[in-house]
Amino acid sequence: MNARRLLPFIVVIAIVFSFSFPSFAQDEPLDVFAAYATAIEEPWDGVIHTALLEAEEAGLITYQYIDDIGYSGDMERILREVAEEQQPDIIFGDAFGNEEAVRRVARDYPEIAFVFGSGLGPAEPNLSVFDNWIHEPAYLSGLIAGTLSESGIVGVVAGYPVPEVNRLVNAFTVGAREANPDIQVLVTFINSWFDPAAAKEAALAQIDAGADILFAERFGVIEAAAENGLLAFGNMSDQNELAPETVITGPVWNMTPTVEYVISQVAGGTYTAQDLKDFSMMAKGGASLAPFHGFEETLDEDLIELIRTREQEILDGLFRVPINEDTPTGAEVAESAGE
Amino acid sequence: MIEFIATVLGATLRISTPILLSGLGETLIERAGILNLGIEGTMLLAAFNGFVVAQTTGSLFAGLAAAMLTGVVLGLLMGFLTVTLGLNQHVSGLGITLLASGLALFSFRLLYGGASTPPSLPESFRVIPILSGTPLGPVLSQYGLTYLALLLVPVLSLAITRTTFGLRLRAVGENPEAADMAGINVYRMRYLALIIGGALIGLGGAFLSLAQLGAFTHGIISGRGWVAIAIVIFGNWQPVKVLAGALLFGGLQALQLRLQAEGVPLPYEALLALPYILTIIALAIAGRNASYPAALLKPYRREG
Repeated sequence: MNARRLLPFIVVIAIVFSFSFPSFAQDEPLDVFAAYATAIEEPWDGVIHTALLEAEEAGLITYQYIDDIGYSGDMERILREVAEEQQPDIIFGDAFGNEEAVRRVARDYPEIAFVFGSGLGPAEPNLSVFDNWIHEPAYLSGLIAGTLSESGIVGVVAGYPVPEVNRLVNAFTVGAREANPDIQVLVTFINSWFDPAAAKEAALAQIDAGADILFAERFGVIEAAAENGLLAFGNMSDQNELAPETVITGPVWNMTPTVEYVISQVAGGTYTAQDLKDFSMMAKGGASLAPFHGFEETLDEDLIELIRTREQEILDGLFRVPINEDTPTGAEVAESAGE
Repeated sequence: MIEFIATVLGATLRISTPILLSGLGETLIERAGILNLGIEGTMLLAAFNGFVVAQTTGSLFAGLAAAMLTGVVLGLLMGFLTVTLGLNQHVSGLGITLLASGLALFSFRLLYGGASTPPSLPESFRVIPILSGTPLGPVLSQYGLTYLALLLVPVLSLAITRTTFGLRLRAVGENPEAADMAGINVYRMRYLALIIGGALIGLGGAFLSLAQLGAFTHGIISGRGWVAIAIVIFGNWQPVKVLAGALLFGGLQALQLRLQAEGVPLPYEALLALPYILTIIALAIAGRNASYPAALLKPYRREG
């Protein structure tokens, strides 16, 4: 009897102890370094930077970074210096354009967790990859665009036709087609991640060609829409504040689920190389549709209802947005729309 | 079809403006015998300073003044390095571009703390509607700075060919020794060219941050300074031909963007490369007859 009464206490004590040992490691914040190829003002790396800053504020990590490393060979040198001298627990970064350098260094420092944005796969024992899998909210944005377009022409201005961008553009197109099978989707690439003046001119050219709603994969497009009194979708972060009357919503990427997962794995000693893509998708909170802000009142209720329902279906795993990484071209879209 | 041509022409003028303004500034400077490779960084720092001043004072014209002043200060620095000290112009110019770019991006981060959405102005220069609603509307409705740039072409052209100032400028750029013997202060003329040219280069940068975008981000210049240098060579150091070069490049850029938007069945890479390929061809043809200012790149040292 007494022994039975003691049992819960023993269990509780055992649990407390079993947690307290790894949590000793947790008390000591993990040492995290980040190596970004572009400036942190660039939205893609900005998302990673923001999530790591949050983790630092929460006391989970100490955080240092180098940005604007570029693609001309400095990445490998910087990673080696950091791995040798600072020996952090985790190095985050973006490997696009530096894929081989990052993989070479990771192989030489198996005790450090390398977690990099990449279009390729993970590599044992320590290189995990992530990417912005925000095609789901891009699809939802397309659904709205297809419904709202009066001219039947919507425009997308994007940087480069790389897989992560193609995914977004194609998912947006699928959404727009679902709402209006005859919709024409104009796609322009400006061949730069960062040339807002060119993006704006590309958007103005699409408006001249009849587009009445624009998806701003890059900066500069929203300004063109605002000037012409048209609606637009932001990308990567909630960009409503740029033009509250113009930006309806847009896909948002959130790296916090990825960062938190990696921290817990490293702290728990269970980190392995893996593809972290699920943590950047809607079900785990890594992707979302930006709030409608003022458009909550002005958009058609049925449309909002449709979007919320479809959003829930995606979250519940009942609806899958197709992943298509083929290069979209304006020509192909126009031809198939015309057939 | 008329609408297509009119809108593409309108876009051509917008895209050409920053290249034209900076190209005209560079023309003046090169005419005095100095190749100013500081142009790219000067445009960036001018775009940034103009933006910050416009934002803090609420006055776009104060922003324009700040951008021009930035160009003047960097022009004076270029003058100190290449005219007073007689250092290599390539190295000095590239150094100024690196310095000015670094300064702009560092200050940007200090002031706006790594903002992932670019800061923008509540009000920026607007397009002046002229004959809007008519087929000419899209062509003529332009920013004030675009009209200023176009107006500067004949003004500078006359100034270079028909005035004493122009005669002295050319003399200093062609044969500084002879100019000096004739009583022209070579150093002063070169500084003067750098000051006026620097102000114009600053305006080119400010056009992007205060008019075309009303915002500042990294990559706002994106090589437009280098394109300006190319069109100066293309234009054979003559303002009217520099205008032609700016319109050619801007026009091809506008055309390729429009063709992409219209879904022309060509690979997008081919369309993107179009302006550059044709610019290279045009340069190759025009370059055969290029008559460089004879004293370009040569520092002048006064004997005795």
